Amino acid sequence: MDNPAILRVENIVKNIGGHRILDDVSLAIDKGHLKVLIGPSGAGKSTLLSCINFLAPPDAGDIYLDGRKINGKSRKELLALRQHVGMIFQDFNLFDHLTAMENVRVALIKVKGLGKAAATKRAMEELDRVGLSDRATQYPAQLSGGQKQRVSVARALAMDPKVLLLDEPTSALDPELIGEVLAVIRDMADAGMTMLMATHQISFSASLADEFLFMEAGHIVERGSPAKLLARDSGSRTQAFCAKLSELSAAASCEVTS
Amino acid sequence: MDGFLAFTVGRIVPSLNIGLWTSLALIIPSSLLGVAIGVSVGTLRVYGARPLARVLNGYVALFRGTPLVVQLYFWYFALPNIAIGDFRCILSPMWASIIGFALCSGAYQSEYIRGGLLSIKRGQLRAAQALGLTPLQTITSVVLPQAFRRALPGCGNEIIYLIKYSSLASIITVNDLTGMGRSLAKSTFRNTEVFLVVGVYYLLLVTIATLFLRWLEKRMALPGFAGKK
Repeated sequence: MDNPAILRVENIVKNIGGHRILDDVSLAIDKGHLKVLIGPSGAGKSTLLSCINFLAPPDAGDIYLDGRKINGKSRKELLALRQHVGMIFQDFNLFDHLTAMENVRVALIKVKGLGKAAATKRAMEELDRVGLSDRATQYPAQLSGGQKQRVSVARALAMDPKVLLLDEPTSALDPELIGEVLAVIRDMADAGMTMLMATHQISFSASLADEFLFMEAGHIVERGSPAKLLARDSGSRTQAFCAKLSELSAAASCEVTS
Repeated sequence: MDGFLAFTVGRIVPSLNIGLWTSLALIIPSSLLGVAIGVSVGTLRVYGARPLARVLNGYVALFRGTPLVVQLYFWYFALPNIAIGDFRCILSPMWASIIGFALCSGAYQSEYIRGGLLSIKRGQLRAAQALGLTPLQTITSVVLPQAFRRALPGCGNEIIYLIKYSSLASIITVNDLTGMGRSLAKSTFRNTEVFLVVGVYYLLLVTIATLFLRWLEKRMALPGFAGKK
């Protein structure tokens, strides 16, 4: 029987600088699903995402893409893996010396081997999809944070990835700019992109996610559907964390002293 | 005043023109070699294996830490006295100068290149990796275009310095601009006129180089890179 999980992560262990950042973490994502990693800073969310595309090779454990185990020692397999697994970074990480269109285009030419004309056409399509075709000739220094993140989404999507990893995509954005990026993420979810996202935007992801995974100190301590975990009387860690987040961002007048 | 001009044009300029060719024959190969050494050494110091990087750091420290005059004396006077087996290396004044300038300039150039390479934010390298670019593609498509722009003002400045310190070749008997000027002044006793004109020649060379450098910087400028140095 065919396992529908497009991405399977099993028993990942990662040590950094003598500290155990990830301790036996496992998860699986089916095609077209969106799973969200939630948790306090330092829980290991970013590290887990970095392990999946081997930017930070795991010390133990296995990654399966489409049922095939990835051999972390084979450069060829890693390059192939990264063509199928896209990544969106918290700090956008656009190439500063290239225009928006060139940013989207460079991997199409260098990695996928497309000709310049075909790559340019595809790049413009992707920029159009995120609503930035009028900014194609501008450099990252001339773009706002939200625009930069949308370009980085276009850049990742141009590679036709099977899975998209999003590492706190809106955490570095001003509040007014978060909306435009969330809209793009919603569009991707509606279009059926398989995604694993680490974020603090709990209310946004609650409506889109198939599952929440609450991480703390290198473990996934809780997992379940957003509705179940966020229910007011669920007593879950997720609910407590969410309450704390909304408490911190609430206006001072909401604090009631008796 | 007429006498000065006649003397200048009649006597000084033709001699110095010969010296000028020699100076150019020193400056051009030295600067090109210096940039080549600077790019390779700088890149290896940043991306190379640690033991090699340490050796190259030592090279840079040595050539930035000793006066160029002393280095030139070494290449021209001292080197022939060092025999490895039966092999002695005797350099002509021109070659001693070129090698001396190239190695010294290369050490400084590698510092500018190294600074340019290190200024590239690590996040861009991670993004390149995540897209599936190989390390070589990352270096050629992401790192070098940016590092080159960041390093350009420093590297250009170093070449302008080289135009001026090429005059040190005259100390090891090369008849460059300065060397010709000195012999001319010695034989005609017209020190003022001669060295004024020698100064003008160097000023012209430096001005041309500076203008070219400004033009190059403008051509390579991108939004977000201007005024970063």
